[in-house]
Amino acid sequence: MKTQWFKIIILLCFAVLMSCQNQPELVKIKGQQIAIDSNLTQDKSLEEYIEPYRNAIQEEMNRPLSYTKKAMFKSDNPLNSAIGNMMADAVYDMANPIFYTRHKDSIDGVLLNYGGIRSGINQGVITTKTAYNIMPFENMVAVAELDAQSIKAMINYLGKNQVAHPISNMQLRIKNNSEILDFKINGKPINDDKTYFIATSDYLLQGGDNMIFFKNAKQVYKLDYKLRNLFIDYFKKQDTISSSADQRFVKIQ
Amino acid sequence: MKRRTFINQTIKVSSVIGLSSVVNPTIWQKSYDKHITILHTNDVHSHIDPFPNNHRKFPNRGGVSRRYNLIQQIKAENPNTLLLDAGDAFQGTPYFNFYGGELEYKLMSKMGYQASTIGNHEFDNGIDNITAQLQHAKFDLLNANYDLSNTSLDGLVKPYQIYEVDGISIGVFGLGIELEGLVSKNLYGETKYINPIEIAQDQVKILKQDHQCDLVICLSHLGYQYQSDKISDIQLAKSTKDIDLIIGGHTHTFLDQPSKVVNQAGKITLINQVGWAGLNLGRMDFYFNKINGKGVKDVVIEV
Repeated sequence: MKTQWFKIIILLCFAVLMSCQNQPELVKIKGQQIAIDSNLTQDKSLEEYIEPYRNAIQEEMNRPLSYTKKAMFKSDNPLNSAIGNMMADAVYDMANPIFYTRHKDSIDGVLLNYGGIRSGINQGVITTKTAYNIMPFENMVAVAELDAQSIKAMINYLGKNQVAHPISNMQLRIKNNSEILDFKINGKPINDDKTYFIATSDYLLQGGDNMIFFKNAKQVYKLDYKLRNLFIDYFKKQDTISSSADQRFVKIQ
Repeated sequence: MKRRTFINQTIKVSSVIGLSSVVNPTIWQKSYDKHITILHTNDVHSHIDPFPNNHRKFPNRGGVSRRYNLIQQIKAENPNTLLLDAGDAFQGTPYFNFYGGELEYKLMSKMGYQASTIGNHEFDNGIDNITAQLQHAKFDLLNANYDLSNTSLDGLVKPYQIYEVDGISIGVFGLGIELEGLVSKNLYGETKYINPIEIAQDQVKILKQDHQCDLVICLSHLGYQYQSDKISDIQLAKSTKDIDLIIGGHTHTFLDQPSKVVNQAGKITLINQVGWAGLNLGRMDFYFNKINGKGVKDVVIEV
């Protein structure tokens, strides 16, 4: 019995010793980066797996939603453009009924940003892909309740920057020296005692494009409606898009 | 002095490789007892198809089915391979907009990924969407510095996982970026961010000391480096020890070669990141020898 134990202990010692000796040690590391390009063949089984997804997306992307007789680019006109006006008007038309249903108030104006128009629209058929091109991001519509002071800060921002940030239901005329000539919201001048509901994107609400006046919003209402989906829904409702540049934001020489 | 020895060794071994690979490659391969290959991607951003031929920067580059072909080639050469991802698999093409990440996770599973981590864009359709998409993932989603206990991901995300490959135990843990200011609160919900450096030290202790891992790898979505003092992979490497490799993401950094950072123990922690969109596959090869109690020599790093 005793010798048996002794044997086991010897064996255990040996095992421990062996495991120490055989402990693998890291001796060398090599690193490289391999380009994925056309020198590699495509794995057939994976391609076949992807194909139905790809086809479904393509079919949806190519689905005709509306039509435009003329091409629209954001740089077409200095302070407002057909495409920018269309986008801001679409937000007003589509978001206002939702906002009214939920909060029993109406949107007074819309402000988007020039940089947020990510693509132009070519003459011809407007498809789902068009909506993805002009709005590839996931930003949502949000409504900020601003007091008269913040609305004035917004106007000053627009006057000072002189960039064709899309607006709707508002009219702003500035002088050559970027001073404000006049401003109307809902067809009326600013009432100092009133608060205004401005629909915009959650990106701008978070201070995007330095629109810091949104930081002073009394309240923010999120509509849980992606801007891209809003444009898709808007296109579906319009047989033909006939937006054009107009007098909503102009400089008076 | 030590550094000089290290360089000398590197040169010596490199020249031996050059010679032996010409003379007899099989003899050379046999001279290592173990060989582990780590393949990795980051910030693939739903780029399942290659960029189009008319793309300004990356014409006809990338593509999942090409990547899979390459992975299979490498695995045929060395079956002891792990395939890892450092987050932001989601968002960037209509594949995500239409299917919410389903195809991304299904393809990663088919390609044999073992683990990924949670990038900020994983939250783009909300945290509950990550939970929903996990049913398509046959790999581990690892994160150690998000407290997910009050979210639908509770119990579905592990801080770390240990993979045994050819007798080598490889501890992998995940780290995520601060979400506040980067992701809308309504998307990340009750996810609580915890300082990744402290968490990393805890994780390394668990993996290296408690579990005696031979290799410790961090899947990080912190970002490579910042002008500000925002926590980055470089900072993580400098202020910890015993992490062998940080596979980074978030900043879409293209590195000519993996970065070598001197860590708290005076040893090297490697950081690698391979850009984004599946344009590249990172490959790190780790070679092990059974050493007969003569003490560990410096690791030769050829990057």
